[in-house]
Amino acid sequence: MTSLVLIGTSYRIAPVELREKMAVTEERAGELARVLAADGYEAVCLSTCNRTELYLAAEDPAVAERTGVALLAGIAGLDTDEVLPRLYRLHDEAAALHLFRVAAGLDSLVPGEAEILGQVRGAAEQGAPGRLLDRLFSQALHAGRKARAETAIGESPASVSSAAAALAEQVFGDLCSSSVLLVGAGKVGELAARSLAARGARIAFVAGRRRERAEEVAREFRGRAVAIDGLAEVLSQVDVVVSSTSAPGTVVRSQDVAQAVGGRRGRPLFLIDLAVPRDVDSVVNEIDGCYLYDIDDLEAVVAETLAGRRREAERAEEIASEEAERFCAWHASLDVVPAIASLRAWAEEVRAAELAKADGRLARLSDGERRVVETVTAAIVNKLLHPPTVRLKEAAVTADGSSYADAVRDLFGLGDDDGSQGRIPRQ
Amino acid sequence: MVELLFWPALVAYGEAAVAFAGATRRPGRAGRLATWGVRFGWLAQTGLLIAQAAGAGRSPWTTWAGSLNLFVWLVVSAYLFWGCRSRFRLLGLAVMPLAAILFLLAYAGGGTDEAAGSRYSSLFLAVHVGLVSVGFAGLTLAAALAGLYLWQERRLKRHESAILRVPLPPLLTLDELTARTIAVSLPALTLGIAVGLIRLARDGGSPDALMAVTLAAWGLYGAFLVLRFGLGWRGRRVAYVAVAGFVLVLAVHFGLPLTHFS
Repeated sequence: MTSLVLIGTSYRIAPVELREKMAVTEERAGELARVLAADGYEAVCLSTCNRTELYLAAEDPAVAERTGVALLAGIAGLDTDEVLPRLYRLHDEAAALHLFRVAAGLDSLVPGEAEILGQVRGAAEQGAPGRLLDRLFSQALHAGRKARAETAIGESPASVSSAAAALAEQVFGDLCSSSVLLVGAGKVGELAARSLAARGARIAFVAGRRRERAEEVAREFRGRAVAIDGLAEVLSQVDVVVSSTSAPGTVVRSQDVAQAVGGRRGRPLFLIDLAVPRDVDSVVNEIDGCYLYDIDDLEAVVAETLAGRRREAERAEEIASEEAERFCAWHASLDVVPAIASLRAWAEEVRAAELAKADGRLARLSDGERRVVETVTAAIVNKLLHPPTVRLKEAAVTADGSSYADAVRDLFGLGDDDGSQGRIPRQ
Repeated sequence: MVELLFWPALVAYGEAAVAFAGATRRPGRAGRLATWGVRFGWLAQTGLLIAQAAGAGRSPWTTWAGSLNLFVWLVVSAYLFWGCRSRFRLLGLAVMPLAAILFLLAYAGGGTDEAAGSRYSSLFLAVHVGLVSVGFAGLTLAAALAGLYLWQERRLKRHESAILRVPLPPLLTLDELTARTIAVSLPALTLGIAVGLIRLARDGGSPDALMAVTLAAWGLYGAFLVLRFGLGWRGRRVAYVAVAGFVLVLAVHFGLPLTHFS
């Protein structure tokens, strides 16, 4: 029986220094899988920033494991003994459950993160899966999608910038008609601006102390650069303000905001202050129609959503376990499938041979009557074989599966799993 | 027959109210259960109203309790427009407990039995009570939307960390929907009041306190529309006006048995 073997490492047991040595691109992962396929393995290599894993399907799991360890050590440029303590080696159900947990985002640094599902799909597409790994990865993708659809594990934002954008949606709904003022052209603000832009917002103005940098960022977002001391003029024209300068004092003053709000005919203004020390006067939150979130507020929101994801993870774990059980049931049934196929092929051969023998006596029958004879004999064969087929499939998931398969082969004089048929008994 | 339809409807509305409360803690399955409760209850209540009308051969809102029954049906019908969208599910948190309680009151008052006779003509009841109930149902929904607005606004101002875990409709959407719902409901209320006033003038009756409260509610909602669309008021201030108007709507409802159906 073909076994499933997983050899891998992840952020849970290996430091980044080792992970970066073992990391490979998707293309390189595909090449490695094909090299292993040339040696007779089904192989898929999954490599992300948090993990590098080799999934192998092989007749001899011990040999497959040694091959996988040697390959990963080779990628890292280290001796096998050096990497061995930093590798996990799992077989069959444990390996399947691990992949299903990975696909569901349960083994990720941020539970439920979405990218991993695409990375699992990419690895399977680039790899060299056969019947076993094909089924394993299809079911893993199914488990990942199911976990996200039936639980809220991936719903809430997991970073400060995405939380800021999600909060802006809580005020304005669809951000497609919202415009943004970016105060400070640093990386932090740019990240938040990207999150907002990804949800449809227009980055209308960029204000920065360094004019060239502000113009560069404004060009990137197709906005307009403005002077940082001219903020009061543009505040009334935007819906969202993202501020992240390194200025030591207040950059967005409450009186400027109050004045701007007066000209907005009741339309709210959402301000995100990512700077420390803070850029926006905290009194702004008390102005009617203004909502100010600083970095602590946003981090509290992220912490709460991550806690929510962890609570949802319990339900996602159940989904991963159920899918792993289903996979194992299918895997076990592979043991008896050849015996069932041989039995059915043998029975069909017997039926065809008996009909051929009686061909002379059936010559007087019309075409319609001959079809009836065909149908009736096929139905008899199917009915006779139905109970043993079901029983064999049931037994497949137990320890007796292979004994039952052997008994069937022995009783009916069937060939081995290589497809050779038993002899048709002569009367 | 009416008993057979009343209890399933009440149980479904009650289940929806409880499930909506559960949806604030764990959105998803509870929200879906609540929506199905609303749908099932509404179907049962629709059947109830049809059975009542068919049994008596007249409109079933000839009594105060009967009009309350109709009012609940209209409120739930209006809610079904939005409630099926996941984003607006939590509107049911305000609507369904109210619907369940008023429906129970309608039952206690005999409003779910076969329609009784009335001193008012059937046509008058159908037009006046029907239009006023439609208007009030819309205004009830508008008050629920305004209530959600005030809740969401408070969560944003206080920086509640769980705000994204239990998402409500966006502020602007709630503000817009409240205004639109009032704009659609007020004409129905206006026509209903006009029909009532015409009948009053024709029969030579005298106005009572309830009519004054109804007119005050009408005036308040009229002021809402002027403030919102004429002067551009938005947000918390107009949400308070919508909620205040609903207090008058409730006063009219609970004053009805004292004046019109005594």
